[in-house]
Amino acid sequence: MKKFDRERVLLAVAGPVIALVVAMTLTSIVLVASGKNPVEPYTLMFEQATFSDVQVLIINQASMYYIAALAVAIGFRMNLFNIGVDGQYQLAAMMAAIVGAHVALPAALQIPLLILTAVFTGMFWSGIAGVLKVTRGVSEVVATIMLNAIATSVIGYLWLPNVFGVKVGNNNTTGEMHESGWMPGIDMGAAGEIYGFVVIAVLLGIGYWIVLNRTRFGFDLRSSGASETAAAASGVDPKRMVLTAMLLSGGLAGMAGLPILLGDTHTYSLNFPTGIGFLGIGIALLGRNNPTGIAFAALLWAWLDKASPELDFHDYDKEIAVIMQGLIVLSVVVSYEAVREWGLRRQQRRVGAELAAGHVLGAPSDNSIEKEVAGR
Amino acid sequence: MTAVELAGITKRFPGVVANHDIHLSVRKGTVHALVGENGAGKSTLMKILYGMQKPDEGTIAVDGQQVTFSSPADAIARGIGMVHQHFMLADNLTVLENVVLGSEKLYGIGGKARRKIQEISERYGLEVRPDLLVEELGVAARQRVEILKVLYRGARTLILDEPTAVLVPQEVDALFANLRELRAEGLSVIFISHKLGEVLSVADEITVIRRGTTVGTAVPAETTSRQLAEMMVGSELPTPETAESTVTDRPVLTVKDLRLEMAGGKALLDDISFTIHAGEVLGLAGVEGNGQTELVDALIGLKHADSGTIKLAEEEITAWPTRKRREQGVGYIPEDRHRHGLLLEAPLWENRILGHVTERPNAKGIWLDPKAAQEDTRRIVEAYDVRTPGIDVTAASLSGGNQQKLIVGREMSHKPRFLLAAHPTRGVDVGAQAAIWDQIREARREGLAVLLISADLDELIGLSDTLRVIYNGRLVADADPATITPEELGSAMTGAASGHLENEELVEQLEEQAEAPEDEAR
Repeated sequence: MKKFDRERVLLAVAGPVIALVVAMTLTSIVLVASGKNPVEPYTLMFEQATFSDVQVLIINQASMYYIAALAVAIGFRMNLFNIGVDGQYQLAAMMAAIVGAHVALPAALQIPLLILTAVFTGMFWSGIAGVLKVTRGVSEVVATIMLNAIATSVIGYLWLPNVFGVKVGNNNTTGEMHESGWMPGIDMGAAGEIYGFVVIAVLLGIGYWIVLNRTRFGFDLRSSGASETAAAASGVDPKRMVLTAMLLSGGLAGMAGLPILLGDTHTYSLNFPTGIGFLGIGIALLGRNNPTGIAFAALLWAWLDKASPELDFHDYDKEIAVIMQGLIVLSVVVSYEAVREWGLRRQQRRVGAELAAGHVLGAPSDNSIEKEVAGR
Repeated sequence: MTAVELAGITKRFPGVVANHDIHLSVRKGTVHALVGENGAGKSTLMKILYGMQKPDEGTIAVDGQQVTFSSPADAIARGIGMVHQHFMLADNLTVLENVVLGSEKLYGIGGKARRKIQEISERYGLEVRPDLLVEELGVAARQRVEILKVLYRGARTLILDEPTAVLVPQEVDALFANLRELRAEGLSVIFISHKLGEVLSVADEITVIRRGTTVGTAVPAETTSRQLAEMMVGSELPTPETAESTVTDRPVLTVKDLRLEMAGGKALLDDISFTIHAGEVLGLAGVEGNGQTELVDALIGLKHADSGTIKLAEEEITAWPTRKRREQGVGYIPEDRHRHGLLLEAPLWENRILGHVTERPNAKGIWLDPKAAQEDTRRIVEAYDVRTPGIDVTAASLSGGNQQKLIVGREMSHKPRFLLAAHPTRGVDVGAQAAIWDQIREARREGLAVLLISADLDELIGLSDTLRVIYNGRLVADADPATITPEELGSAMTGAASGHLENEELVEQLEEQAEAPEDEAR
């Protein structure tokens, strides 16, 4: 039944393409409305993408987006909204930075130690929300939002000089990590260096796909997302599944800050990127919770981020990129739902038509139609 | 004069019984009852009339004028109002506020509205007091508020969806008095129900709907509830009779003193004890909502018993989680296949895995085996005559009967020892129904123990080796399917009869016939 497979690909691509087209059109309308050229910003930004140093920046940035979006996506796959990826990755990155500054093992042990520190911190933080949901029925959305705020306060506390903080000028840092914890990158010559963690991000994507699509656990998780009641009747323990998914999501989220921490900053300071967790939500949506889709979405987001500063030099506002990101998220939500329903209905019609035409799997076609009619 | 006339209404949904060539004509100033079994298509029809769904074919005429409704607002504008089975009132607002909510433009929200409410209330004897909070009202009073709400919006035709389901008998009488009041004022009422006694007492005319289509009309004065029941169930259906008994003395499922409580400590199930032997079908009759769903949940492990034990063969499974029960040979055909039996947007082969993800051929160790699962799905599709162009289409694109055949095939493929079959043929076309009956019969011959729950009494009587009646969470009566009639079973279902049910005439006849040596198997 190749036909239906091709159709599935078509449906998968139709959603994001429609969303992107709509978002670009709307952005152009905004540009026209403010008396600007509606096309030039795009050409400028596309041009940026051809420079190898910008490409390196895009890939590095995308690796963080990618991991954060995977963390969100694993929640989405079972109808959990982990909106707390932001707090989870920041706290996790800070803990990793602190461990990295105070423990000095050989690199072969130090880097795994830092990664595990981040993973467990993220799991711990999301686990709180998971436990609250399972034992007390607290909505994970509310709990994780609150935990974001608490994470900010905890980070502020840990930054105090008499705790783990090290003041560098006006900046709060956690002190520089020992060099054994610096992850070597891929040298691109003059263009810069691609973070070593990019490789891990790719592996995470592959792992995500395998776990979800090729394991029993993944099937249980996906069925819980598709229908909680059917999953429970099939033998999934809903509470355990919620907790596991929350922990997995938090563990992934914990790694979202590591590419830059291990590859560049080597300390957790006030300059450390924030908000990646929230961007991850939009990216996961655009990527349809699919590891390949998310990769494209993360690259797109990173491109908008890294190519837009150029606009300031040409009398455009770089915020155009932010507007565009917002519009993409909005149109994605609408277009996916529309495409999903359309696809479902279309398939039902096609199945009806195929059956009426006698294309029944494994049955000699003729008498089957009569039976169907007689059955009415 | 007809108030409402539906002609040739057809509505297709993938996956469920749709309306098919419905004809309904409601005269002005009458109470018109629409009766049919659960799932016969009554609700869909009313949703069409109330503008919540659009028919694929057919016409709707109100007061002789052809109309199309695209939303309930259109229907209201034409004087059609609906009182839903589940009330749609805001508890923390007063009656007045609830009534004017959404119709502020009609009579404002102040004194004029209050006067209008009082006027309607007096005119139809509704006894509604506008300034009480809705949360202070009882169920019957809330229902009258709902009726008033509809009248306030100018309805001339009222649709009442199972209005008596929530009322005690005295309240039912009061409601009927209200309805007669409405009728006397020239309004029309469409009264949806499956309680035949009530229908006969209140309706002027009755339309019977079965399997999505109207099968006839009746006038109460010339009809008995037995005739109505026959129209509802239909006599040309294939009979589900099982030939010879295959019951053995090997118990497969033994339930003892099972009790299940609600959060507040009220018993949903109490004192439930029964044994099902290999090769036995135990039929459970009962009006919906008397504990069947809870019993199913307790047996499959979705709810855990508060006391009592469940044994599968020799093992006690009371504390087992659902997955372990299913792995160890409890098959499950759920009552609501969309909620509990299928992932509608997943392909058929993933639905074949559902519920058996840890078992072969679906998995090897912790890994899924999609190839083997797909292969086996093809086998099921062929063996169980699931009509589909392929196994990659979503479950939602199949008709209800084919979805059900897939579920039955899936469950039977794992050689269950005990099959929990809740309404296995609900919403399924006649052909599929016969196929499913055959499957159950065949498995029974091979020693399967079956708990059959069904609203279709003929199905129960025809397939079962033993019958039990559940009422109010207890097993109140038992009967021998060889000697019982649907009417007698029906009266036990309402709690009117208990203990061992016997049809005296039939028993006598049977005894006379069986003067000869070979006694009944049981």
